[in-house]
Amino acid sequence: MTFINESWGVCTIKRTGIEIFLKVLEEEGVDTIFGYPGASVIDIYDALVKTDFKHILVRHEQGAVHAADGYARASGKVGVCLVTSGPGATNTVSGIAAAHADSIPLVVFTGQVPTGLIGNDAFQEVDIVGITRPCTKHNYLVTKIEDLAGSLREAFHIARSGRPGPVLVDLPKDMMSSKAELKPAKSVELKSYQPNYKPNVRQLGKVVALIKKAKRPLILAGGGVILSKGAGELRKFAEAIESPVTTTLMGLGAFPTNTSKWLGMIGMHGTYRANMASANCDLMIAVGVRFDDRVTGKIDAFAPKAKIVHIDIDPTSIRKNISVAIPVVGDCRETLNMLNELVAAQVEGVFNGSRGAWFDQIEEWKSTKKLDYHQKNVIKPQYVIEALHRLTKGEAVITTEVGQNQMWTAQYYHFDRPNCFITSGGLGCMGFGLPAAIGAQIACPDRVVVDIAGDGSIQMNIQELATAVQYGLPVKVVILNNQYLGMVRQWQELFYDKCYAGTCMEHAPDFLKLAEAYGALGLRATRPEQVEPVLREGLSAPRTVVMEFKVEREENVYPMVPAGAPITEMLLV
Amino acid sequence: MNQEKEEKHILSLMVDNRPGVLSRIVGLFSGRGFNIESLCVAETADADISRITLVTCGDMGVIEQIKKQLNKLINVIKVVDFMDMSFVQRDLALIKVRAKPEHRAEILRITDIFRGRVVDVGSEFYTLEVTGDLEKIDAILGLLKPMGIKEIARTGTIALPREKRK
Ligand SMILES: Cc1ncc(C[n+]2csc(CCOP(=O)(O)OP(=O)(O)O)c2C)c(N)n1
Ligand SMILES: [Mg+2]
Repeated sequence: MTFINESWGVCTIKRTGIEIFLKVLEEEGVDTIFGYPGASVIDIYDALVKTDFKHILVRHEQGAVHAADGYARASGKVGVCLVTSGPGATNTVSGIAAAHADSIPLVVFTGQVPTGLIGNDAFQEVDIVGITRPCTKHNYLVTKIEDLAGSLREAFHIARSGRPGPVLVDLPKDMMSSKAELKPAKSVELKSYQPNYKPNVRQLGKVVALIKKAKRPLILAGGGVILSKGAGELRKFAEAIESPVTTTLMGLGAFPTNTSKWLGMIGMHGTYRANMASANCDLMIAVGVRFDDRVTGKIDAFAPKAKIVHIDIDPTSIRKNISVAIPVVGDCRETLNMLNELVAAQVEGVFNGSRGAWFDQIEEWKSTKKLDYHQKNVIKPQYVIEALHRLTKGEAVITTEVGQNQMWTAQYYHFDRPNCFITSGGLGCMGFGLPAAIGAQIACPDRVVVDIAGDGSIQMNIQELATAVQYGLPVKVVILNNQYLGMVRQWQELFYDKCYAGTCMEHAPDFLKLAEAYGALGLRATRPEQVEPVLREGLSAPRTVVMEFKVEREENVYPMVPAGAPITEMLLV
Repeated sequence: MNQEKEEKHILSLMVDNRPGVLSRIVGLFSGRGFNIESLCVAETADADISRITLVTCGDMGVIEQIKKQLNKLINVIKVVDFMDMSFVQRDLALIKVRAKPEHRAEILRITDIFRGRVVDVGSEFYTLEVTGDLEKIDAILGLLKPMGIKEIARTGTIALPREKRK
């Protein structure tokens, strides 16, 4: 037991596993649990229903995990799920992997068969700890009641600290009725897990020296800036060192879009100017990114002229894919904050507009090759997103599904603030958006929450419409219906001689009727002039709404860098 | 990362002595395509902690990544790379060699030279025990091979850092 507790209490009241479970949840500040019952957790449900915890009954356990994920991203808190053993547990795997890929703090409780049956191939027994070992930050199988409280507290601690991530706790049924003493909570101390928040000051000194010398700096910000709540510090930093900023998909919202320093997103579907800037900068300061292949394109051709500074709380992210000149292990916000102090003392005013040529170059890239589309008689998906941006004043919480819909959202919703863009970036998990929107709406009851969906992805967790309707959640679903698995079709068009193998989705339900069948409002636009009225009506209806937009079927996402090519080799409109 | 020269590294891991910990470590290697050449696990003097001695190979970038990934595992308390220090290492091998009457003296002589022992004698086979570093064990195997080796069991490398000498 590594949970340290000095004050072994004098009173020795024993509590049941259920009492311990509920008590620890309360101590950890949990208010909402996304779940689905079954035999192994029936006792927990029996107790849970008599408490003040809000339980959201989803329609599929994958939905529970994505919903907890959306809740966590929108609220900054740990998302919590509760599911039964066997199939309930296996259904969570995609959700857990998605949260793991994006470093989202979750605690997933799975029921398990009683300890005496473990290993016997009992009914609804699976080794979920074994199955999820590579896609959780850590996981536990509790086999001794004395370990229960400690494991639960460690799970929350590990999920939310350092580089956050999902933690699974497998709870054999008999643990819930066993009894043990519950020691009072103390902060968790794990000798083998001590994330390093404070960066090494000498490394920062080297960074400042590089900043002073740089003529063409570029800041590349990622999800780590958002997770560490460092957007304010990032903005200050960019101002102080007079540097343009690009972000990864996961970093969108970390930097305001209405300034000339903003370059747009980098990578496979990044803007021309962001990708060109990365290839021409002489200093790249990467904060909270992990240099995914969708960001770098061909590794050897990435940022060839730059010295790279890499700031991240996870040492494994550094020098995994990219050689860097200066590694800095630390929390992004903390590090930016300390850099800001050093810069204020040493650098302020040094540049005096000397970066003019660099910004002129960027402006030229921007004006020659900008994001663009042309709409005539058929609705363009980009137009729907721009109209949505206008009508929601850019203030909505947006979740997405995966594919073209996701990339157009990234390009055209112009995310200006953190925690508003909720997308499965690392795993690219279709079916994420609707349950994530449900979780986000629960976290932010007063905000407009919209899932921007593709016709393919929405069908992967469409059953969660029932959840949204049951809890009266005014989630809006915008389906960009191109009757294709569009992103895959785009690859087939460009690289496979238009052989549309398995990507045509002409056979789909009538989404309007489907919405109504679930008790939601269904709306449809088939012509450009209907887009705004449909959006207005849908956004103003105080209930769950599905808005279907019949969009140009073969519209592509541009720019596009073919997989494995240098990111300067962009296919443009 | 640049292609660099591949090198063998002996890593010593102090880990929580709990169920599932070994599988986290082995899973990390298989999941990320790292090599394991040998692996030994046993409790340390502290029953809550096990030592895993693991031999792997890779270029500097890969070894750095392996060490970082191991350190990231919650149950790994400490990772030591013996490449950074002077150390002693041992393998132990049990070798079952065919002992034809005309070879018996030679087998005993070789065993003696390698400071090994005969631990079992059958009518057709001798079982020898030899300890030493990898090269030594490979060397004796090379000498015994012509006589016919029936079976070998090897422990894989274990190692400890050397103490400073005054
Ligand atoms: C669970 C899952 N299965 C398959 C894929 C591969 N995939 C990526 S995008 C895509 C097409 C998605 O189609 P749709 O939801 O209609 O979005 P569109 O690209 O048309 O906007 C597919 C199949 C995936 N990302 N996730
Ligand atoms: Mg589609």
